[in-house]
Amino acid sequence: MWLEILGTIFSLNTFEAAIRLAVPIALAAMGGTFSERAGIINIGLEGMLLTGAFAAVLGSYFTGSAWLGVAFAVLASAMSAALFGYFTIELKANHVVAGVGLNILALGLTTWLMQVFWGSRGTSPAVTGVGRLHIPFIAELPIIGRLLGRQSPFVYIMFILIIGGWVLLFKTPLGLRIRMTGEHPEAADSLGIKIRFIKHFSVILGGAFCGFGGAYLSLGNLNWFSMNMSAGRGYMALAANIFGQWNPLGGLGASFLFSFSDAVQMRLQGLDIALPHNIIQMIPFVLTIVILAGAVVKARPPAALGNHYSPGK
Amino acid sequence: MRELLRRLGAAFSRVAAIAGVRDLAYSVFAVFLALGVGALLIFAFGYDVGRAFSALFQGAFGSVRAVSQTLTRATPLLFTGLAVAVAFKVGLFNIGGEGQMYWGALASAVVSLALVGLPVFFIIAGAVIAAALAGALWGVVPGVLKAQTGAHEVITTIMLNSIAVLGTTHLTANYFKAPGAVDQTMRLPVEARMPHIIDGTGIGYGIVIGICVVVAVHWLFKRSSLGYDFQAVGFSPGAAAYGGIASKRMIVLSMALGGAMAGIAGSMVVLAQLGRFVTGFSPGYGFTGIAVAVLGRTHPWGVLLAALLFGALEAGGMTMQLSARIPNDLMTVVQGLVILFVAAPGLMKIFPSLRPKGGTKESSHVA
Amino acid sequence: MPAVELKNISKRFGSTVACDQIDFTVELGEIHCLLGENGAGKSTLMKILFGLYSADAGSVVLRGTELSLRGPSDAIAHGLGMVHQHFMLVDRMTVTENIIAGQETTRHGLLHRSGARDDILALSRRYALHVSPDSLIEDISVGEQQRVEILKALYRRAEILILDEPTAVLTPQETAELFSIIRKLKQDGKTIILITHKLRETMAISDRVSILRDGRCVGTLETAKTSPEELARMMVGREVLLRVEKTPMQRGESVLEIKDLEVDSPGGGLHKVSLELHAGEILGIAGVEGNGQLELEEALLGLREIRSGSVVLRGKDITGAPTKLRRMAGLAHIPSDRLRRGLVERFGAGWNLILGSQWQWPFARRGVLQPKTIEENARTLIRDFDIRGASGAVDAGDMSGGNQQKLVLARELSREPEVILACQPTRGVDVGAIEYIHNRLVKKRDQGKAVLLISAELDEVRALSDRILVMYEGQIIAERPENCDESELGLLMAGHTVERAEGAAQAVTTDTGQKGAIDA
Repeated sequence: MWLEILGTIFSLNTFEAAIRLAVPIALAAMGGTFSERAGIINIGLEGMLLTGAFAAVLGSYFTGSAWLGVAFAVLASAMSAALFGYFTIELKANHVVAGVGLNILALGLTTWLMQVFWGSRGTSPAVTGVGRLHIPFIAELPIIGRLLGRQSPFVYIMFILIIGGWVLLFKTPLGLRIRMTGEHPEAADSLGIKIRFIKHFSVILGGAFCGFGGAYLSLGNLNWFSMNMSAGRGYMALAANIFGQWNPLGGLGASFLFSFSDAVQMRLQGLDIALPHNIIQMIPFVLTIVILAGAVVKARPPAALGNHYSPGK
Repeated sequence: MRELLRRLGAAFSRVAAIAGVRDLAYSVFAVFLALGVGALLIFAFGYDVGRAFSALFQGAFGSVRAVSQTLTRATPLLFTGLAVAVAFKVGLFNIGGEGQMYWGALASAVVSLALVGLPVFFIIAGAVIAAALAGALWGVVPGVLKAQTGAHEVITTIMLNSIAVLGTTHLTANYFKAPGAVDQTMRLPVEARMPHIIDGTGIGYGIVIGICVVVAVHWLFKRSSLGYDFQAVGFSPGAAAYGGIASKRMIVLSMALGGAMAGIAGSMVVLAQLGRFVTGFSPGYGFTGIAVAVLGRTHPWGVLLAALLFGALEAGGMTMQLSARIPNDLMTVVQGLVILFVAAPGLMKIFPSLRPKGGTKESSHVA
Repeated sequence: MPAVELKNISKRFGSTVACDQIDFTVELGEIHCLLGENGAGKSTLMKILFGLYSADAGSVVLRGTELSLRGPSDAIAHGLGMVHQHFMLVDRMTVTENIIAGQETTRHGLLHRSGARDDILALSRRYALHVSPDSLIEDISVGEQQRVEILKALYRRAEILILDEPTAVLTPQETAELFSIIRKLKQDGKTIILITHKLRETMAISDRVSILRDGRCVGTLETAKTSPEELARMMVGREVLLRVEKTPMQRGESVLEIKDLEVDSPGGGLHKVSLELHAGEILGIAGVEGNGQLELEEALLGLREIRSGSVVLRGKDITGAPTKLRRMAGLAHIPSDRLRRGLVERFGAGWNLILGSQWQWPFARRGVLQPKTIEENARTLIRDFDIRGASGAVDAGDMSGGNQQKLVLARELSREPEVILACQPTRGVDVGAIEYIHNRLVKKRDQGKAVLLISAELDEVRALSDRILVMYEGQIIAERPENCDESELGLLMAGHTVERAEGAAQAVTTDTGQKGAIDA
């Protein structure tokens, strides 16, 4: 029996699923990375993911085009991020409280609008999804083909975005300014860096990443929206961001760890083993806590994270 | 007569000084602003705003039954609100009320079932204490994680919420399940549930227990050395350490206390509403508690007022859903907006006539 | 045409007036000192010039053109550069990154680090500002950090350099080095504005000096035609007693014995620190900040783990005791970081005055606070220690720095301690309060209590102490008597060994300026 369990856990199917499931977490984690590198604690990732998932279905429902749905999602999440940014940066709201407020707002609004548009509190009608991409050359490779040859386009988008995000953050002038803003806003200000612009930009860009992640949740696989579809992934993403040391690549690695545990959990449920389902389902949540507790001890967040900056004018 | 008025005036100003009139005014303003946005949404999607709000009001205050509904719903919110408020004083943001409440609810259901036959006072007392202990235990977990490793309590409590829902479901389904399709415990006989203050009104003693706890919490923070320690850690961890206060112990203790509050919330739902533990029963009391605490500015009496208001909104929201066909989730939208508005001190600059003092700093020391 | 003209500048923060109709003119190519006490408005004025604050009234004229600076980037574009008192550097970034941020050179849209590196090295050679471009800021010395700050300004082609209290964190030797750099910059045609409260440095380096007091400019003088005494009078507004009145010490028995203390810390920790403090004496610990003072303070308070060694307080071993026990055993503490450690900003005076005693009779009984006693206590101490603006429900955070420090002092001294650990007791405090605090400490010593004074202000240590220990890199490297030679102390603080210090003292005296000049 143990062999069977291990075989299931470490099968290619599990890894393939883990890569897929990592998409929303990793993108949201990078959203968190950008926001926090600029000094804004972003608990609101959850709400931004949820907004994206809903807007994607809404867009696809009304236009009939899945990719227009994705565009909708990116726009909506970026807008919710802009709202969050307005409250935290301009109105100096406590970041954590405002983030939780945004999450509750997003949950209420999406659930309410779902009923207004479709009359159901459970799930939306099915809409056009994004489907899967078949890449001929890669698909024929032995193991890689199974993992990446026939995946959702979101998987490739994720890899591209995360590499792009990493370059932006560590190799460009803008990235240097973002990092400096989160570490030492006074220093950045005294060098003539536009702090407020940088903060708003980072938060909104982070929201856009969450929009992609959210769109994947609804259009990447299931092709419908259901109430509270993000189900805590935004919080996991924040943990992944911390575990990944505020680096998009690290965040990707940590997200993969979470998504792998999720994939294992799902596949174990399909097996007839002694552990009850409810306990198996706890695995990703417990893992998040364990990793967070282990990671934070040596994590070093941006020095001015969570502070408000007022130039005294 | 004049003397009486003078005394009343003095008493009022004392109460006002405690609560902070400006904070109060600003909170009321934030609620109206949020309701205004809600009205806008109702209007934008083609519903009848007048009908919606009259249904909301009727459902909350329109009859004895409505008032009892408001109070019944306000009671668990008061406790989940206190769960957030107590931890907030030590600088922690406990959004694990939901999970702590689940354990409290299950514990109270199991204990009260075991005590059936005793006088109702003992059943209620036993159930509430069991709920408080269970909630406290669940609160200790993120407290210890925070104190020992620094793991952010917001993330750990959210994860623990999910684990609590799964865990209580597992225990109920396997050990405490009543016959039938639904995973739930046996039903408590009516005479073992929360008694009513006046027969026939449906208004139970829960709110009385709630007010007693509010008084106790208020006393804790104003008049006790422990409350002093809590707040010193919350406001200035450095000074607290220097003053010989063991910050880590305070963090764990405050989370235990907060967990106990949320646990009691669960017992209130079991004893006064459901009469049993039902898996996945909560419509989000723990999260609404965040809005309650933020709106009440983590002041115990403020939390009571905010809980009554949200109790009214929830009760009214049900009526609004039934008679005006507007989905009740709009109230969740209003809650989210209230949190955002109250959390943003900068909002006052847009409305300069309302400039609160205390609460703005208060909300910015937790991060 | 002057380099800088500030005309009629006013700036308020809430109800306090930081700058009150100040006129200030700096000529091209001069070194101009802006002299004044803490809170006189020097930094505010310069932040207005640099565009960090906007003035409520008045105008800024640079080289003949009136400007409205909307931010530091405007100021930078007009050739201004500022080195702040608290360095504006990101610990976790490299020297290069810190210098180029906001003014990056790119290649194909990406950062062009090697190009920037070459530019920085060229500049650094030209002005003898030695830095290593690839090091992280957290790994380099304070002196090097300051050079990075200056390079930051020069990299932006600054013609007018503002230096805010640049010598506060430097040893006398580093100060001499900085001054030679400043002179080199002047030769190169740069204009330098130096913010300081130190008279001796003003006399040593400046061409002209402007004095601020209480937000007003009380005069601009040519340095060659004035004296330290005159400057001191203008700065404080009255005759200043520059020495603390002290009677000879009545030394009693030993009350605090520290033996071979070893403490680990990322900043370097403590190594074999031993000292003995007697009743009736003030023992001063001199040293440049960051040489283990904070570690010593925290270790004595029980806030930092002691690896080995022992601390004995009045015969009782408290090496591993919790903070609470140490305080109950008679240790009082004026913390170096008043706001972070000494006070709960959101508590009023009453609660702050019982911090540490909140479980003890008469302020509490079985865990219940006694409001009457607490209020009574507050009333008495506020009166006795002349704490202003502490009435009613005012939060400690809303009080002035001097009154906050008096609040801490009142609490600690009223506990009738036997040993007082006073760390940077007059930091950020105005002259009136400094005199008051000094006298209180001396009074305690005269009553037979022991005071361990840790201060970065050499003058304070010299004025108060009966004995002086010098700390360098976590070790106590020398002990000197009350009236020891100042330049020798300076050398010791810079880590010179005892023999070399004695020999070199004479040479340096002439270099750092007029030795013996009084210094407020």
